[in-house]
Amino acid sequence: MDFLSEHQPEILPGNRQLPPTQGVIEAPHGTTIVAVTFPGGVVLAGDRRATMGNVIAQRDIEKVFPADEYSAVGIAGTAGLAVEMVKLFQLELEHFEKVEGAQLSLEGKANRLSTMIRSNLGMAMQGLAVVPLFAGYDVDRGRGRIFSYDVTGGRSEEHNFAATGSGSIFARGAMKKLFRDDLSEADATTLVVQALYDAADDDSATGGPDVARRIYPIVTVITDDGFRRLTESEASEIARSILERRLEQPDGPRAALL
Amino acid sequence: MSTPFYVSPQQAMADRAEYARKGIARGRSLVVLQFADGIVFVGENPSRALHKFSEIYDRIGFAAAGKYNEYENLRIGGVRYADLRGYTYDRDDVTARGLANVYAQTLGTIFSSAAEKPYEVELVVAEVGETPEGDQIYRLPHDGSIVDEHGSVAVGGNAEQISSYLDQRHQEGMTLAEALKLAVQALSRDTNGSEREIPAERLEVAVLDRTRPQKRKFRRISGPQLSRLLGGGAEDSASEDDE
Repeated sequence: MDFLSEHQPEILPGNRQLPPTQGVIEAPHGTTIVAVTFPGGVVLAGDRRATMGNVIAQRDIEKVFPADEYSAVGIAGTAGLAVEMVKLFQLELEHFEKVEGAQLSLEGKANRLSTMIRSNLGMAMQGLAVVPLFAGYDVDRGRGRIFSYDVTGGRSEEHNFAATGSGSIFARGAMKKLFRDDLSEADATTLVVQALYDAADDDSATGGPDVARRIYPIVTVITDDGFRRLTESEASEIARSILERRLEQPDGPRAALL
Repeated sequence: MSTPFYVSPQQAMADRAEYARKGIARGRSLVVLQFADGIVFVGENPSRALHKFSEIYDRIGFAAAGKYNEYENLRIGGVRYADLRGYTYDRDDVTARGLANVYAQTLGTIFSSAAEKPYEVELVVAEVGETPEGDQIYRLPHDGSIVDEHGSVAVGGNAEQISSYLDQRHQEGMTLAEALKLAVQALSRDTNGSEREIPAERLEVAVLDRTRPQKRKFRRISGPQLSRLLGGGAEDSASEDDE
């Protein structure tokens, strides 16, 4: 990125001048992203809806991307800017790895993303914010970690679970009640889909599993084996089993009172 | 006041070429071979940290003989070129041919500019295709020319002898283990015709493997995996399957 800012500054996201505008610019926005850690890794998942005002702009948008072999980014906020940010982020990590012959530390990757979000502050002030969730497997420490951000680039490490986007309040509530320390990988993937279901239940901008069109949430798992995205059939199986249970219990599993 | 001697341009160029060739010849040679599933890079390199081979992009690998600081400079330039291309356009728009052209321009300019000393490096840029027919290997000598190679290439000190040895024995559709063994045999031949043993720890091996599911096809082979591939003939056809 330092090289780019010297040689071709115009292709970097932060270097564009925006004309002054009145009101909010209409552009597709991505919505809910959730992440949860389990012993041995971390799961990052996102729904598939992009909205523009009251309109559903896209039903099958993909908002979770591998950043490199051991980390992934899920994006909420203005879709166009966020996708570009992720592309540049992926490029930087790969470039660093090839030039230096070693991967950045997970902390280093998280800091880098923080700077990129901060460079978008001008756009964010005009309503074009990008707020990603970053999750990865820390090879040095041997566990999954989650980092969340705010529009100013503030970074904080989250323990156990985190969510971002318009449906995040509802998703976080669901995860708070369902999370435990000894989740298996399969439990963790079910948990995130449950949380997304609850988010879609109460937030109109979050899409639930679309059985008719076969559109299911994107679920990714990062362990010491690296990044893996669940195949469509795996994701549909989780979504369908949840759907089946919810036919009897529409509000989902109940936690104990005490 | 002294007047500079007149040196004819032919003589000046010949001197510069001689200088570069001698510099390259001091280094150890390396070979690049095609095999059934891709392209393998093999070289003698006692250092674990200073690599002769490296990844440039998804399907493109880089190998260099000669002076480390000079080829490292070129390697980083290549990675920048490739990443910038891929970011501005698309990952598919980064090709070995384009990269080889950039290297040829750079080396050619440096070679003929009187202000700089010529680079003492010889490069190989290789791209693995979907099929063996799609593989491309380019050799770039110190003066900025490009040689389109097929099958096998050797660069560095003892290159001529090694490449004639390889040309006679290299076949299409070799397995990785076969190609690797042939490469090591070729590298262990000395200038005076005698042979010496190169232990596996002193070898640097990397492959561009078209069967790899990831986009990035480059991977290094070392440690137990390398010794297994170099090991006995009968067992490695079995051990290769489980990769």
